[in-house]
Amino acid sequence: MAPETILELKSVDKHFGGFVAVDRVSLSIAEGEFFTIVGPSGSGKTTLIRLLVGMDKPTHGDILLRGQRINDTPAHLRPTCMVFQSLALFPHMTVGENVEYPLKCRNVDKAERRRRAEECLGLAHLPAGYYDRPVTKCSGGERQRVALARALAFDPEILFFDEPLSAIDYRLRKTLEKELKDIQRETGKTFVYITHSLEEAMIMSDRIGVMRSGRLVQVGSPREIYKAPNSRFVSEFMGEVNVLPVTPANGKLMCEPLGVAFDPPPGEAVRAGSLVVRPEDMRFVNGGPPPNGVIEGEIFNEYLLGSRVQYQVRTRGFTLLVERLRDAEQPDRQIALSFTPEDSALFPE
Amino acid sequence: MTDVTKSDLPAVSSAPRPLRIGAIPTGVWYAMPILALLVFGFLAPMVMVALYSFMPRGSFSPWGTPTLENYVDIVEQNFYISFGWSLWLALLSTALLLVVAYPLAVAIKRAAPKRAVILTVLIVAPLFVAENIRLQGWVLFLDKAGVLDGGLKAMFGVETGSLVTNVPAIVFGIVYVYLPFMLFPMILGLANVPPDVREAAADMGATRWRMFRDIELPLAAPGILIGGLLCFVISLGAFSEAKFLGKGVIVTVAQDIESAFTFGQNWPRGSALSVLVILLAGSAVFIAMRRMDLEKMLGRRG
Repeated sequence: MAPETILELKSVDKHFGGFVAVDRVSLSIAEGEFFTIVGPSGSGKTTLIRLLVGMDKPTHGDILLRGQRINDTPAHLRPTCMVFQSLALFPHMTVGENVEYPLKCRNVDKAERRRRAEECLGLAHLPAGYYDRPVTKCSGGERQRVALARALAFDPEILFFDEPLSAIDYRLRKTLEKELKDIQRETGKTFVYITHSLEEAMIMSDRIGVMRSGRLVQVGSPREIYKAPNSRFVSEFMGEVNVLPVTPANGKLMCEPLGVAFDPPPGEAVRAGSLVVRPEDMRFVNGGPPPNGVIEGEIFNEYLLGSRVQYQVRTRGFTLLVERLRDAEQPDRQIALSFTPEDSALFPE
Repeated sequence: MTDVTKSDLPAVSSAPRPLRIGAIPTGVWYAMPILALLVFGFLAPMVMVALYSFMPRGSFSPWGTPTLENYVDIVEQNFYISFGWSLWLALLSTALLLVVAYPLAVAIKRAAPKRAVILTVLIVAPLFVAENIRLQGWVLFLDKAGVLDGGLKAMFGVETGSLVTNVPAIVFGIVYVYLPFMLFPMILGLANVPPDVREAAADMGATRWRMFRDIELPLAAPGILIGGLLCFVISLGAFSEAKFLGKGVIVTVAQDIESAFTFGQNWPRGSALSVLVILLAGSAVFIAMRRMDLEKMLGRRG
């Protein structure tokens, strides 16, 4: 399948005075895709989405919607719609009036508005009985659903989300994330979501774009981003990792503080940098030939992370993290660690 | 490690208990000065005025035989004309103030903080000069051979003649003097319109007009209503504008009240007129307040 490109960015810049908030971002998003832009706060993701929605204009570059340049088209003339971080519900209206508002703006007649509103409330898993309820009487989760229903009622070509779930408690957030993905599948709409939580991005997205200091540093499927981060920043942003500073020595990567040399990851030249290994890729060495250099250490802490256990291992001058499934056998206190070259990544920083 | 008993720990504070001095809660003590001021400075004069309004013509004692003759006089001796003028001036000025102040309020609300402060100071500054002096200034500016007329004549040979001594000049004066009273409540009202709610409406396809009607106006309504009410009530008692800019072309009810109390030497008539003004202003406030949610106005609920 070759889905059509719905949104294309060509070297888009946004400057505020001398400050470059968005720096030469190029990207194309396919029809029906769930695309998530993720980055720490201040990475420019909110600025970028404001450009995409039409609330700001790019300083340079072009934004194309189905091949049409929309740089200068204001938000109210674009066939796209955004769910705000604050949700931005109309506080003086009922749930029904909120959801019908985009239809009212298009002069849709009353009966049809009501029909569409109820349909969208259903899609957002809100009972039709909420139609007459004032939004001020809705709970946090219900408001999320109202905001979503309102955006769906607009029937946008692309639905944008600006971290709408960030103020919701953990369990409800997990539920809503999955529902959102279901709704996206069900409606077949293109969703563009921004968040600072990579976990959230992983759960929902078809593809993820990672932003840092205004630049899009990596774009790929959640699996690609997780398994093959292209920079130390991305690999660290994905979660806790072990970072070993290394220098070349006799065709190997020498980690001075540990006094252990490692084979480089396949295809990597031997050079100075950081060798990054995920906690779950660290292996206990007990018998058999080790896959790589061996690190001696002592477990001094363990944390239960739901289905997994994380061990803090103290080695010479380092604390390393190792993760195992909860039901795996309990390791000894004094242990030896290693990892396969395939599970490590070498970055120049 | 020593044992920590419960008594060693700082007491967990329970819900604050209302403080009392004797049988009276402290809150009431704190309210005493303003209560005293309101009773002697506001309520007592109102009661006196109400009492006098039922006294026989020209009486100087509030303890005579009650009569309605003053109210009959107001109708029979055409005092209702001044009353009508005041009402009309108040309504017209309030309407104009709404139109004039709204764009200004929006501009100040959206201006960068520094600019908003400058604009606010510029609007407040004239309040440091007494109203009468400002109005006299306008007379000097607008009158025949005044600054405008004389200046144009000297420079271009055009004459405007006198622009005062008419009703529009009076309305202009009222609008000019009471602008801050409309503007500041309005700005407070607009503070209840979150910028992202406006953006969301725009994103949904709302035009400017629709946004104004569906979003801004309903959310800012409490502030606008308070401003309107304030301006209506105080311009009902407007006095100097008609006196200076109108130069007596019409007589407002406030002028009638003044003359009844001074050279008219007819306190009961002045009182009866005052009672009517108070009733009108009071019912305007009452009706408006009933339609308004004070909690919402103060932004406690959103």
